[in-house]
Amino acid sequence: MGKDKDKIISEVTSGEYKYGFYSDIEMEQIPKGLSEDVVRIISKKKNEPDWLLEFRLKAFRHWQTMKMPEWANLIIPKINYQDIIFYSAPKQKAKYESIDDIDPELKKTFDKLGIPLEEQKHLAGVAVDAVMDSVSVKTTFRETLAESGIIFCSFSDAVKEYPDLVKRYMGTVVPYTDNFFASLNSAVFSDGSFCYIPKGVRCPMELSTYFRINAASTGQFERTLLVADEESYVSYLEGCTAPMRDENQLHAAIVEIIAENNAEVKYSTVQNWYPGDKNGKGGIFNFVTKRGLCRGENSKISWTQIETGSAITWKYPSCILKGDNSTGEFYSVAVVNNHQQADTGTKMIHIGKNTKSTIVSKGISAGQGQNSYRGLVKVLKNAMGARNYSQCDSLLLGDKCGAHTFPYIEVDNQTAIVEHEATTSKIGEDQIFYCNQRGISTEGAIGLIVNGYAREVINKLPMEFAVEAQKLLQISLEGSVG
Amino acid sequence: MLAIENLKVEIDGKKILKGISLEVKAGEIHAIMGPNGSGKSTLAAVLAGREFAMVTEGTVTYMGKNLLDMPPEERSKEGIFLGFQYPIEIPGVSMVNFMKTAVNEHRKHKGLEPLSASDFLKMMRDKKELVEIDSKLANRSVNEGFSGGEKKKNEIFQMAMLEPELAILDETDSGLDIDALRIVANGVNRIKRPDTSAIVITHYQRLLDFIVPDVVHVLYDGRIVKTAGKELAHELEKKGYDWIKKEVDKNNLS
Ligand SMILES: Nc1ncnc2c1ncn2[C@@H]1O[C@H](COP(=O)(O)OP(=O)(O)OP(=O)(O)O)[C@@H](O)[C@H]1O
Ligand SMILES: [Mg+2]
Repeated sequence: MGKDKDKIISEVTSGEYKYGFYSDIEMEQIPKGLSEDVVRIISKKKNEPDWLLEFRLKAFRHWQTMKMPEWANLIIPKINYQDIIFYSAPKQKAKYESIDDIDPELKKTFDKLGIPLEEQKHLAGVAVDAVMDSVSVKTTFRETLAESGIIFCSFSDAVKEYPDLVKRYMGTVVPYTDNFFASLNSAVFSDGSFCYIPKGVRCPMELSTYFRINAASTGQFERTLLVADEESYVSYLEGCTAPMRDENQLHAAIVEIIAENNAEVKYSTVQNWYPGDKNGKGGIFNFVTKRGLCRGENSKISWTQIETGSAITWKYPSCILKGDNSTGEFYSVAVVNNHQQADTGTKMIHIGKNTKSTIVSKGISAGQGQNSYRGLVKVLKNAMGARNYSQCDSLLLGDKCGAHTFPYIEVDNQTAIVEHEATTSKIGEDQIFYCNQRGISTEGAIGLIVNGYAREVINKLPMEFAVEAQKLLQISLEGSVG
Repeated sequence: MLAIENLKVEIDGKKILKGISLEVKAGEIHAIMGPNGSGKSTLAAVLAGREFAMVTEGTVTYMGKNLLDMPPEERSKEGIFLGFQYPIEIPGVSMVNFMKTAVNEHRKHKGLEPLSASDFLKMMRDKKELVEIDSKLANRSVNEGFSGGEKKKNEIFQMAMLEPELAILDETDSGLDIDALRIVANGVNRIKRPDTSAIVITHYQRLLDFIVPDVVHVLYDGRIVKTAGKELAHELEKKGYDWIKKEVDKNNLS
């Protein structure tokens, strides 16, 4: 593009990461490094029962036998696990009984992020579990939800208050042996959210977890466990941000979902971890294992993700379609700009009869970003009548970025129908000029085109967050054409 | 309204426009005709601010301002509309969203509040009627999968929405059946106000039966080689360009 346009574009590039601030909060931390002792310390800090410590230790010992996998289409600098702080929590009185007990600085932090911890200030109809570094600081609307029998609390509270539920479900979808980062998480996870929707209950509000990394040199290892009992429904959203730092920080989470007969779970993510600066310095390594088990008949799990942040994203929210007639969905928009890398996609494992899955992946690459879609559709022998439809689109802005597609299809049942479509397109200079000629600026044109491209996925988000996601897309692509 | 003075333009080092001078006064309609490859679309593109064509000499003044200094979106908001010879498809962007963004940018430029959703939709309805455009087209993505004729009608619809001072229509009549031609021409006539101007690029006299020009220019090999009244179009229709080419080539030799 011409010089003038370059100039306009470079002026807009000043759009910085909005959530890069750091809050000065009194923290309780353990020294850097990882060992069996550290695992024990974490467990002790959380006053955990023996069975959970055992689980952690088994995971840790297993992790020690593992090697970092290298199959992803990513360039990952070596991670020194002895240089990471594995537990870091805002200092608190035993547990915040009321909102007044919370450190005002902490409240201010979440206010600034648009996540007020006071219920009356909150978006109507959204309950939040706010997690900073290693602990959950506040879960709103707990009592209101409890009236319909819904349990929504921090993972630590769940271990104390509902140990049987946690014991019954934890690790059943993502076993501690699953993969390198899942094992690591299982050993050192600190907090996260727990949610149980009882039989026949439609959760009356959106549930959400907001993850904030604050402290330097820490890793964040949270676990979310979401159980939807028979005939229940829940829509769940997670959001995340982190301060701007020159160092990389590791985030290795696990999300497990279980859907029983006729249950439906919608899980949405707006991932906006700090992506690093324009030269690729700093940013979060986002290595996450997310998996849902459609255990019951007619159950449904739907993943929607808007991935704009992180220096490196490596995640494959998946569905195991075990129950007959169960449905799995994956809708994804993944943006990479500057030096960001993403290797993301899904796995749909068809086990039950007449199971259906839909995959819609929209990759957007700008700057020198590298975006890979990696997806597995697997149909097992007994999955009569299984159906999958995959659509996998890539959009390129500029010519220094890349888009890659790695679809894997394994079908062991002849009645299965698996369809895969893929397209790659570029935002053309002629499209931008056409918009310009109608009075729309270049940034406006890119916003229109990108949001149009991603609309099918954005529309799957809960209303309250769709607008936010649109803005986020536009911001994360500012200055990306030139 | 528009004054082009000795305009010279190159594309990739190749001289395409070789000194064009042209004045369009408020209220006038100018037709530009000329053989393929003579530089008509290039002229239109330069006026709209496309960057691949490099201006090496000359000036363009629009409403007293140096047009060549203005970025393309500014020119649009100042009232220049280009009807594209080949309208661009923008998949995924709905016509409604596209036009709403454009109209509100124009309003902002004039210091007006953005239109409410309902006012905007009413405006869309009115303009669709005005230019007799198929309602369904406006609900699709910008030009995506439109037929050739539909794309051209869509240009006229957009022009109706933006109410330009100076409309440059690049072969808006090409590829239209006779009914569509009448619709497009009627649209142009209805949108035109007494003080607005148009430059109509065409190969065919028949469009000029509907949109009657004040002046007809012939562009050949990057130069305006003949300017006359509307009867010139009839002559060209009958005799083709050969006689003009010969005339020009002869002059060049002598
Ligand atoms: N982007 C470009 N790159 C290189 N050459 C170009 C470009 N655009 C136009 N040209 C050349 O400039 C000359 C004039 O083209 P232009 O499109 O202006 O002609 P035109 O008069 O509009 O023709 P037509 O009647 O066929 O539409 C042609 O020789 C064409 O090949
Ligand atoms: Mg042309």
